[in-house]
Amino acid sequence: MRSPDGEEGLVVRKIRHGTVIDHIPVGRALSVLRILGVSLTGPHRIAVLINVESRKIGRKDIVKIEGLEPRLEDLDRIALVAPTATINVVRDYRVVVKRKVEPPREVRGILRCVNPTCITRQEREHVTPRFVRVSLEPLVYQCVYCGSLLTEKEIVEQLTGGVG
Amino acid sequence: MSEGWLGRDVISILDFDREDLEVLFEEADRMKSLLANGSVPKTLSGRIVALAFFEPSTRTRMSFEAAAKRLGAETIGFTSEEGISVAKGESLADTVRMLDSYADLIVLRHRYEGSALYAAEIAVHPVINGGDGRQHHPTQAMLDLYTVREAHGVIDGLTYGVLGDLRYGRAATSFILSLGLFKPRRVYLIAPPSLEPRAEVMMLIERLGIPAVKARLEDVIGELDVLYVTRIQRERFPDPEEYERVRGAYRVTPSTLEGAKRDLIVMHPLPRVDEIDPRVDSTPHAWYFRQARNGVPVRMALLNLVMGGGAS
Ligand SMILES: [Zn+2]
Repeated sequence: MRSPDGEEGLVVRKIRHGTVIDHIPVGRALSVLRILGVSLTGPHRIAVLINVESRKIGRKDIVKIEGLEPRLEDLDRIALVAPTATINVVRDYRVVVKRKVEPPREVRGILRCVNPTCITRQEREHVTPRFVRVSLEPLVYQCVYCGSLLTEKEIVEQLTGGVG
Repeated sequence: MSEGWLGRDVISILDFDREDLEVLFEEADRMKSLLANGSVPKTLSGRIVALAFFEPSTRTRMSFEAAAKRLGAETIGFTSEEGISVAKGESLADTVRMLDSYADLIVLRHRYEGSALYAAEIAVHPVINGGDGRQHHPTQAMLDLYTVREAHGVIDGLTYGVLGDLRYGRAATSFILSLGLFKPRRVYLIAPPSLEPRAEVMMLIERLGIPAVKARLEDVIGELDVLYVTRIQRERFPDPEEYERVRGAYRVTPSTLEGAKRDLIVMHPLPRVDEIDPRVDSTPHAWYFRQARNGVPVRMALLNLVMGGGAS
């Protein structure tokens, strides 16, 4: 059987039940795992491939997680840190669902405006932040309230770093 | 296709199209002649306008107040000092709910960007943005465009220079973006490097197809039909040192204007500090006082259209 695209002959066993997330931008594999709430110390068996060749996006990361299927609400978050990702859900060694994530046109909550004088940043007001996508490549969102732009780098930091 | 004005919120100048503004300008012309004749009908008699100014303002607040009263409406509300005490105890949301229950329309000025949009989401009655932080000042842009139209007869086809704080100044930003609703020949952005428009404003300039280029005043003064000058506002600067570096970085004097076209108009949203030498006041270029006087008829037109005062 042919090895899947880009694995460069690295030996990674096929998974029986679980998820393969492919075409992750290089360096974002661990961010994706963090969004899925997967701990590196168990209980899931995880394979992480970093900086492998890809016909589609040059270089990429891949993660395989045995025994976990992503929840619907995780997909938007994955799309925000890995807009090029494809999600393959595997059951009994077969891919039963294969879909490309799509960064949502509008995001409510989840992200935080970068502008400290934005009305959404005032704790007393309880405004749910709202953003609209203004660019797909690179991924850029704009705060509906104050107009500030949120870059892909800031999004990744917010969703997987110390912020929020 | 124009949505019409009745009951609309006024948050950003880009909520409107050219057709809307032409309707507004015609209504402002009508208000101006009614004012000149001393025969303004009390079309908003029995109505209440709330003026909620959390930030200091003299011109915008007083011209709204004068506009409402000329049309027979009552005004309620507070000015900045009282606004601050309101701001201490209560959320903006609760203040807006209160005003919404007392008045037929709310004019809001607040230092947080997005406050007017948020207020409009809460209030049942229309909300007019009287300035939200560094972001929008739509009614200033309306009277600015009206002034250009008055001076030149047109807004299209002219060459504009916008000088000053294009980063934190909401009047300059709203004016630049408002030109995206028309067809200016060119818009020169004249600002110290630290005060150039923010990324999101540059993005909008590009999307709206505004023919904007960065320039130095001395290089373009001879081409300009309109020179829009703004104040550098200390309170917009996150860093006081940055403020000290740029203040006084530009000043328009009679000698600055030596190579200018005869019908160049110099505009300024006022108050000015020292960006325009008082000796410019007596030249035919000085349009900033006429611009300020247009505040009342344009805001009368706006209130009358939004509140459905009609013509009688
Ligand atoms: Zn914001």
